[in-house]
Amino acid sequence: MRPFTYERPNDSRGAVVAIGRAGTGAKFISGGTNLLDLMKLEIERPTHLVDISRLPLNAIESLPSGELRIGAQVSNSALAADGIVRSRYPVLAQALVAGASGQLRNKASVGGNLLQRTRCPYFYETSSRCNKREPGSGCDAIGGFNRGHAILGASDACIATNPSDMAVALAVLDARVVLLDHADVVREVPVDDFFVLPGSAPHIETVIRPAEMITAVVLPPQPAGRQLYRKVRDRASYEFALVSVAAILETRGGTIRSARVAFGGVAPKPWRAFEVERALIGQPASMATFQTAAGVAVANAVGRGMNDFKIELAKRTLVRTLANLMAE
Amino acid sequence: MSDTPEPVEAPTANDPSDVAVVPGADRPPTVAVRFKVNGREHHIGLDIRTTVLDALREHLRLTGTKKGCDHGQCGACTILVNGRRINSCLTLAIMHEGDDITTIEGLGTPGALHPMQRAFIECDGFQCGYCTPGQVCSAVAMLDEVRAGWPSHATKDVASTDIALSDAEIRERMSGNICRCAAYPNIVAAIRDVASREH
Repeated sequence: MRPFTYERPNDSRGAVVAIGRAGTGAKFISGGTNLLDLMKLEIERPTHLVDISRLPLNAIESLPSGELRIGAQVSNSALAADGIVRSRYPVLAQALVAGASGQLRNKASVGGNLLQRTRCPYFYETSSRCNKREPGSGCDAIGGFNRGHAILGASDACIATNPSDMAVALAVLDARVVLLDHADVVREVPVDDFFVLPGSAPHIETVIRPAEMITAVVLPPQPAGRQLYRKVRDRASYEFALVSVAAILETRGGTIRSARVAFGGVAPKPWRAFEVERALIGQPASMATFQTAAGVAVANAVGRGMNDFKIELAKRTLVRTLANLMAE
Repeated sequence: MSDTPEPVEAPTANDPSDVAVVPGADRPPTVAVRFKVNGREHHIGLDIRTTVLDALREHLRLTGTKKGCDHGQCGACTILVNGRRINSCLTLAIMHEGDDITTIEGLGTPGALHPMQRAFIECDGFQCGYCTPGQVCSAVAMLDEVRAGWPSHATKDVASTDIALSDAEIRERMSGNICRCAAYPNIVAAIRDVASREH
């Protein structure tokens, strides 16, 4: 690990001022479960750390608007255990407990989970080429061992997937990310817009600006319908998704009134599938409808060889998830 | 990181806020860290990069906590910080100023074993023993999480806070602790034993 300097400001304002003052090379550290892992391998090489883990951003508050405001420093465990999250947003609690291990969830923060790197084994293997680690060097995952890689939204520069389960649930819940900058300007960005596709610059993964900090995530009021997160992976536990689906389905008299779907494990960002939703809404809640929607989901999917199976797996996982929601 | 720096003066204030560290000209910054380990206050001087795991093992000579992967994947380094289990390899000592840390040495001693340690012996819950301190710390904190009603991936209804501690629940909740000897059936039995005695 490279040496660095360190400071621990008292409040959010102090944190964004500190990061602005420190300039290029400075990073926030929160739970540290992804950043320190990468610092040990010298893939991340911050010269200065601003410790935000003790900022007073650890509350989960019900707002008069019916929304839920989740502080950026709430741990993944605390969020999954929260009574309101479990009763009104079960898809989020299910996604959280499907990710990582008990130890990691205790340490990892909500803000840090959103800012964990989109990554693949070639990003970790420093002897291989990786456009994310070293822009312009190439991508050894293309044509390499790419069983776990993206089938949607990837580019010829990068086919890594975003591993967050939490972010998939946040995408389907229309959550907003609250950002604060050093000039005290607050802006809110929908989760779907927070993450960007790799294109020719895969080292850029979100729209967060250098001097901005995530202070909270806001969930809109509980959506109508039933919610479910389903994760398919090589091991039963403590493993990234091959494919996951977060879905919210509202039906009346056998007809789908509203539907929301997001995929995990298949794209460089949590993949909100608006076109799938359009294919479901107004249709009979039947297996035939679900099969049609599944076809829509993967219409633009591109396999890279070893991950071709994910195209069929994504379809089946969506159909099964929607069928499970109808059976509840 | 093998040499042990001389202990340095502890910070005078108890308030951990507004700490700032500036590098020396020729060597990595050394910082003073104060935390409680197994009920005892420690003030130590550390290379700023030192993880809690290395602080425990290399500086406080508490070698019960084991280093396996050093990347948060195996769970051998599991300790309790303020009562919650974490991977001590994936966190910096400087970030734990003022925290209350419990390691395997603090849970029990050869003469006064923790009930979970005794259950691991009675159920033959280990072979080589390298992962065992992490397994025991993780299991103790995991049962606290169950008592607090935290859900897991094995919980049928995440809204329910009354967790029935099935073997599936134990396995899921312990999945952050790897045992290369594969003593899993007996680890599950040991945890089940302790949990059932508490009821």
